Amino acid sequence: MEGFLRADGRKGIRNIIVVAYLVECARHVAHEIVAQFRGQPVHLIGFPGCYPNPYALRMMQKLCTHPNVAGALLLSLGCEGFARHRLLEVIRDSGRPADVVGIQAEGGTRRAIAAGTAWVQAALAEAAAVPRVAIGPADLIVGTICGGSDATSGLTANPAMGLAFDHLVAAGGRAIFEETGELIGLNHYMAERAATPALAREIVACMDKTERYYRTLGHASFAAGNADGGLTTIEEKSLGAYAKSGHSPISGLIKPGDEPPAPGLYLLDVIPDGEVRFGFPNINDNAEIAELIACGSHLILFATGRGSVVGSAIAPVIKICANPETYRRMSEDMDVDAGRILEGRASLQEVGAEVFDLIGRVAGGAQTASEQLGHQEFILTYKSFTPIGPACLPHAA
Amino acid sequence: MSAPPALLRLAETDPIGVATRDLAAGEQVVLDGVSLTIAEPVKLGHKVALRPIAAGERVHKYRVPIGSATTAIEPGAAVHTHNLKSDYIPTYTLQPGEEFAEEH
Repeated sequence: MEGFLRADGRKGIRNIIVVAYLVECARHVAHEIVAQFRGQPVHLIGFPGCYPNPYALRMMQKLCTHPNVAGALLLSLGCEGFARHRLLEVIRDSGRPADVVGIQAEGGTRRAIAAGTAWVQAALAEAAAVPRVAIGPADLIVGTICGGSDATSGLTANPAMGLAFDHLVAAGGRAIFEETGELIGLNHYMAERAATPALAREIVACMDKTERYYRTLGHASFAAGNADGGLTTIEEKSLGAYAKSGHSPISGLIKPGDEPPAPGLYLLDVIPDGEVRFGFPNINDNAEIAELIACGSHLILFATGRGSVVGSAIAPVIKICANPETYRRMSEDMDVDAGRILEGRASLQEVGAEVFDLIGRVAGGAQTASEQLGHQEFILTYKSFTPIGPACLPHAA
Repeated sequence: MSAPPALLRLAETDPIGVATRDLAAGEQVVLDGVSLTIAEPVKLGHKVALRPIAAGERVHKYRVPIGSATTAIEPGAAVHTHNLKSDYIPTYTLQPGEEFAEEH
């Protein structure tokens, strides 16, 4: 299969121009620009806040220089606090075309839309000339998430994705699982899988932080629909979520924006450090997907039992439906029918192999259901993190 | 491949089974040679007690604790938020009495 070779040497599986608003006040203009390019690879991302946040800046830097991204246009109102010049500099340093359109400087909505549209047209032409390069599983980073979970998620889709992860890691790829808020209760099971004792201690500390954080908030990462679907407690939901990780040793613990440095399985810590600030860590599934993508994920495996329909900007989302009844109702939105396992129509191993095979086909350009339906959800909110310690990463080979 | 049984026991020592389809009240289910009468309607993916569970007992699924029983549970009864609570963080649902409290 073929991908896109970036000037910084990274290999992408899509060739996208992102239009990024740097405050909610610039979102409409950014949206209108993207709307001119329906059906073309132009995606809308952004940050709504007016006040600066180092996490949001780093997230935007990583997203705008993601391997799937060919160039970026930044939309600024002009008076917001986002460090637009620092973002622009990082994107340009990566060799990608990038520019800022300031709505106040440009003279208002209409002029800003016109200027932005012209820029994107030129950037698309430039992106078409990006050199192609052979890619394989060893070039890929794949993230996994489950959303709209029910009790079937942990029986079918999540373990099947875990098997696909085992195949990917065996092929030299990099796999990321996350949702530490949905791994509560499994602290010591995960620590046992850590590649080193020092990493095991980091994982336990990370999970202690997670539990403390959610206790302070008074609400776990658990939605009403989870209970309707048969999940009773956060620790029961965690068990199902954990099955996504497969059977590989855990090679490292990363935070949003950290790219796994070597092949293996990584745990992404999504819970902010320090005192509880800014509210819930991830207010919905797309907040987590954006973080997986900022860690370099080329594509996302998404397990759902209740029936989520979301996709994402920047990276394709493969939807694996755990519940056979949901699949029959919403098959158009799904890529894999893992509920066959529950009805005795396929084995876990067969569905795991199917998911791994689909990773290759989507990396080669095949469109996922959510891509075909035009889903490009994106959200980024306030958080704060301290950098990971040296014990969190595998030693350089 | 034959259809799986109506209830799935995920680990030998688990006191609960998981419904692989919607089960009706009064339905007879045989699991590992033991016959069980389903006490109330149980939806796909929901849990059923396979043996008596004492109040306060830690309930396991896949051999891992998923919470503690808040009352004694009879075999064949549904096991859910009405009789099982988290040992970590409370579960909130849209059921009356289980909603997240409003702040004023």
